[in-house]
Amino acid sequence: MQDRPHRRRFIECMGWAGTGLLWTAGGGVMSSITLDRAAAAAKKTGVKPFSFLQVSDSHIGFTKDPNPDARATFREAVAKIRAMPDKPDFIIHTGDITQLSKPQEFDDADQILKEAGLTVFHVPGEHDMLDEGGGKAYLDRYGAGTLGDGWYSFDHNGVHFVGLINVKALKAGGMGSFGQPQLDWLKADLAGHSASTPIVVFTHVPMWTIYEKWGWGTDDATQALSMLARFGSVTVLNGHIHQVIQKVEGNVAFHTARSTAFPQPAPGQGPAPGPMKAPAGDLHAALGVRTVSVVRGTGPLAVVDATLG
Amino acid sequence: MFQTLIRRIPSAAAAALAAVTLGAAAPAPSVTPNIITIGNFTFGPEVATVPVGTTLTWVNGDDIPHTVVAIDKSFRSPVMDTDGRFSFTFTKAGTYEYFCSIHPHMTGKVVVQAP
Repeated sequence: MQDRPHRRRFIECMGWAGTGLLWTAGGGVMSSITLDRAAAAAKKTGVKPFSFLQVSDSHIGFTKDPNPDARATFREAVAKIRAMPDKPDFIIHTGDITQLSKPQEFDDADQILKEAGLTVFHVPGEHDMLDEGGGKAYLDRYGAGTLGDGWYSFDHNGVHFVGLINVKALKAGGMGSFGQPQLDWLKADLAGHSASTPIVVFTHVPMWTIYEKWGWGTDDATQALSMLARFGSVTVLNGHIHQVIQKVEGNVAFHTARSTAFPQPAPGQGPAPGPMKAPAGDLHAALGVRTVSVVRGTGPLAVVDATLG
Repeated sequence: MFQTLIRRIPSAAAAALAAVTLGAAAPAPSVTPNIITIGNFTFGPEVATVPVGTTLTWVNGDDIPHTVVAIDKSFRSPVMDTDGRFSFTFTKAGTYEYFCSIHPHMTGKVVVQAP
């Protein structure tokens, strides 16, 4: 934890810069467009645009086909981050840090991520809830400054970021779930923000139902999304399904990210989710990291996914 | 990958189903171990009918960890990684619904019949 600033102190440092200005969100593709937009917007508003980075599903401890060493591929992802010419402001890890919630797996993940030299914000995946305490190990390690099972929010350059937990106390036959206490907190958390505040929500399991039969969705996401409906720009970042799928619905743009460990099949392709075998040469093309650029103005939040190979 | 799994899992599931059903219907106790195979994120068989006193063993054949948790909390396995096993002896008649607490869309049922 020493290498990671306390969340509250981080929020204080970042201040609040975006109140009352109009932002919109959507999907961007080309990073060059993003940079042009960023430059133009910076000139217009005098505010520096910023980017942050998403990594997901590092599954440290996974050693099976198609990836005998998930640590190595995670290290490659971090090396890629270190090599970026424009440093992102911070990293968001959208869960499944580990394969089996073992202390050594968490230690190794932290050690590797530390090499990026950036602040990291976490939310857990279901693989990070497998200790005997059912998530206590995660909370002991990453829970400082969070509430409930580990949910929290913070502001950065006028953008409101919300980290939600949808992998705890799951019900038989269901999918991901936030639970009422967290939804009550979310309502109160969002209440203080104007509709023009851009919102970024990040949580492990997708917040829209991608494939119910495989549990690829969140049962009570509708309640959360109805609270987010009044905001002009909402970006939802998820992991869990180990592939890039994007959808825009109204003002909400949903993005799922690649894993740094192993790919999973497309929704409904094959009998079940789980590690998808790939020839060694193809593995890197299926793994990756994501950069999100936030640009003041009328442009979307540009999301650029980069593979490891 | 999937072809291999498809071939393997249903046959294992079918064998387990046969063993479990035999144990329930025949007067002589089944000699085959009562195995419930976890494969492709499903329990095979999904419904197991057994006489009181039967010990069932779940075996995880997936490359992903799973658990077995009774909804009425009568049994709860630790996390089973690949090839991990969990056994429970059913001493009371009744219907036991269970699920994987990591992947809650995975559900199964054990029907325990009085002699």
